[in-house]
Amino acid sequence: MASYVAKPVPPNQDKRWKLVDATIRRQGQQARGLIETLHTVQEAFGYLDEQALRYVATSLRVPLSRAYGVATFYHFFTLKPAGEHTCVICMGTACYIKGAPQLLDAVQRDLGIRPGETTPDKKVSLLTARCLGSCGLAPAVVYDQEVAGKVSTAAVREHLKKWTHA
Amino acid sequence: MTPDELEQIAESEHAEQGKFTQRVNVCVAAGCLSCQSQSLKDSLEQEVSRRGTGDHCQIKGTGCMGLCSEGPLVSTSAGVLYKGATAADSSAILDSLEGAPVERLVCPTDVPFFQRQKKIVLENSGVIDPERVEDYIGAGGYTALIKALTEMSPREVIDEVTRSGLRGRGGAGYPTGLKWSTVAKSVGTQKYVICNADEGDPGAFMDRSVLESDPHRVLEGMLIAGYAVGAAEAYIYVRAEYPLAIKRLRNAIRQAERIGLLGSNICGTRFSFRIDLRLGAGAFVCGEETALIASVEGKRGTPRPRPPYPAMEGLFGEPTLINNVETYANVAPIIRNGGDWYAQIGTEKSKGTKVFALAGRVENTGLVEVPMGISLREMVFEIGGGIPGGRKFKAVQTGGPSGGCLPSDCLDMPVDYESLAKAGSIMGSGGMIVMDESSCMVDVARYFMDFCMTESCGKCIPCRVGTYQMHRILSSVAAMTATPEDLKVLAELCDLLKHTSLCGLGQSAPNPVLSTLRSFGEEYRAHVEDHKCPAGVCTEQPVGEPA
Repeated sequence: MASYVAKPVPPNQDKRWKLVDATIRRQGQQARGLIETLHTVQEAFGYLDEQALRYVATSLRVPLSRAYGVATFYHFFTLKPAGEHTCVICMGTACYIKGAPQLLDAVQRDLGIRPGETTPDKKVSLLTARCLGSCGLAPAVVYDQEVAGKVSTAAVREHLKKWTHA
Repeated sequence: MTPDELEQIAESEHAEQGKFTQRVNVCVAAGCLSCQSQSLKDSLEQEVSRRGTGDHCQIKGTGCMGLCSEGPLVSTSAGVLYKGATAADSSAILDSLEGAPVERLVCPTDVPFFQRQKKIVLENSGVIDPERVEDYIGAGGYTALIKALTEMSPREVIDEVTRSGLRGRGGAGYPTGLKWSTVAKSVGTQKYVICNADEGDPGAFMDRSVLESDPHRVLEGMLIAGYAVGAAEAYIYVRAEYPLAIKRLRNAIRQAERIGLLGSNICGTRFSFRIDLRLGAGAFVCGEETALIASVEGKRGTPRPRPPYPAMEGLFGEPTLINNVETYANVAPIIRNGGDWYAQIGTEKSKGTKVFALAGRVENTGLVEVPMGISLREMVFEIGGGIPGGRKFKAVQTGGPSGGCLPSDCLDMPVDYESLAKAGSIMGSGGMIVMDESSCMVDVARYFMDFCMTESCGKCIPCRVGTYQMHRILSSVAAMTATPEDLKVLAELCDLLKHTSLCGLGQSAPNPVLSTLRSFGEEYRAHVEDHKCPAGVCTEQPVGEPA
């Protein structure tokens, strides 16, 4: 039966769709590969947009609603492109009691955005994490994939200034 | 791979390692990496090649050495542990291999933090290179698998695990041997083994550390489990937030496949086994086993009612064994040394050791492995080194959002499954967060309720609506606008969620509230009646709707 379904065509010529296709093939074009495929898309493109969700849903033969449902259920997936830089503040218990809320307050005030948002100039995205597992170094902040430990309010402000004035 | 071949690998590894008379181990687990341990290791390597001592001096990247707060940690063949070393210190560290230690960097190891530990799960952490299977084999790795495959029947393996008294390290403490024998007895065309590495509790990083420091130990445990229950396929469900753990697991699986410890007809037996990774995507509820299974199947991670338990109907409707990382990490030593050996350690009902992630307002933060039954006082004041800044101890929080806060009169309680449950908390996966008088317990309860509210999957109403309502009341208590009537409703909601929620997330969500209400009721009353926060954390303000 499967042979009647034509293989969907990627939304555009972007080479990164080849990576996505490889994951889809590895998962046997089965619905069970949905999360793995979305991971690949997000890794390749940075976020999941509508055309990506449509393409993945068609390729795995799942309803678009299910692909959208999964993409919005899990925090790790994002439907919006991130800014040039990302600042993730860990809000795990250890970080929380060692002053993460104060860090978050300061950053929110400096950037004028809330967690999950990006500054209007698309320079910085602010995110919070449930726990990075760097509790020994609380409070922890991730600047563009680099984990920094024992961060003070002054240090995080200083770091962000470098990004916003660059 | 035959037993002889394994021995050969071990011997050639010993010969290889024996060439080096000097060794410097640098921790390259995530904690120390974020303190620039990689540049320290690179600089040590450059210095060794500059000196031309590469033939007898080895620089090795290893797993976690425990005291994460003092990173990067370095241990040398001269038996010295250094803390907080930087790339600029590499020359001094290499000089010290033949002379006196570098005083300013020495981290004393004759202190309770190191002396009071008993390492089974972490025996290789900080000793072997997590990216080389040969190093693991050289340290006795995979001998337990060979022993199980060649000398024991699946039944005997399960009996050995049952005799050890090992209980699930994910938090609930279900007897591992019993779970294995249920899956072994279940009938199905295919059985699955799953490793739960979705360490979602905030404040817990034991599993991450084990996966980063000694990934082969987890694979070996899963292989033995697969042999015991009759499964041929396995999945490790690991958090996408742990990129280093994922990288090392992928590498370990490839290595094990290459030398024939994963794949078809392992050790010339009829046993075949494959392990695949599945990345979690940041949903706390996926730590619950039925939700985890849904997620492995590519669906939204929502739990379903049990029974049927996964042991009967799990992944793709087939019998499935699910254990936590630390549980699997305990299996190889049990098979190697026997269940009786393991059962000697710990208390009557809680056997063996437990790895804790000690964090919060305590002098020494990091990873510790202690025998079950140690007292909380020893954990906090001896191993943890007490509270910094001369402040007063207030509570220790175990079990994350499903656990509770234990006040100072619980300090002499032994740490085991039953005692913690009796005191209103749970063992949990091993997060242990110490709080001093600067923490407000209402604020802490609100913090955890915010967590449960956000993480509730929304499938059942008590959890979806109850956590929201409880969070609203706790926010109003913190804003000093609550009435005594609100506290009564709060207690009622606790009872409701506990008894009517579908899964463990909702059932245990009231625990942080209940335990703080019981032990720190006066703080709640101070907020409600006197409009004061004794810890000075909360400020009087009009509350908006919680985000």
